[in-house]
Amino acid sequence: MIVSTPLEELDLKTDLQDSAAGALVTFEGWVRNHNEGRPILQLEYQAYEALANNEGKRILEEVKTRYEVIAARCVHRVGRLNIGEMAVWIGVIAVHRADAFRACEHVIDQVKLRVPIWKKEFYEEGDSGWVNATGVVADPPPPAQAST
Amino acid sequence: MSGRQQKTIEVQYFALLQEQRGRTGESLSTAAATPQELYTELKDRHGFSLSADVLRVAVNDEFESWDVLLHDKDRVVFIQPVAGG
Repeated sequence: MIVSTPLEELDLKTDLQDSAAGALVTFEGWVRNHNEGRPILQLEYQAYEALANNEGKRILEEVKTRYEVIAARCVHRVGRLNIGEMAVWIGVIAVHRADAFRACEHVIDQVKLRVPIWKKEFYEEGDSGWVNATGVVADPPPPAQAST
Repeated sequence: MSGRQQKTIEVQYFALLQEQRGRTGESLSTAAATPQELYTELKDRHGFSLSADVLRVAVNDEFESWDVLLHDKDRVVFIQPVAGG
């Protein structure tokens, strides 16, 4: 599911209650302050929401067939995010922990591979660029402000 | 209506393509029979930097092959390499 509200404000595991569950494994993806050696100030996420939701649902259905999972949920935020904010949350409940761990990892791996969400990095040097946009020159930094 | 006939296609743009096009979408009249032909046409017209071989394509909100036949009023999105998470 794609949302624009801060994930920290949402009660994300509410839908994952089940008295048959013996384990809940969650994953939080956070905005970090660097990538590939470059300091980062902010990220912007954009999603093709209709297809992202379709593909996300398929991934969650897949894990239920691959692992002994009771329920799985994935929420991804879009918009401008600051360092330390949560970009993605995944929760999986299962009878036993091993399936919950494996299924949770499977979901994040597949989300990163298949779901149409894009990330633009805003660097400390002032320039910015879309991650994985192959062969593209990043936007140039804005003109330097006149020194006083 | 499909194949070589003139048709109206709704194109939505995201991420880098949106920036390079300068808009989030447009309604196009085109004779392109497939997404492959449509992207070639748009790349030439707008100077998109991404080649088709790094993109995927979606038609009406589902992934499709590049050689599927386009129909009047289809909604097409060219999908650059994703980077969620």
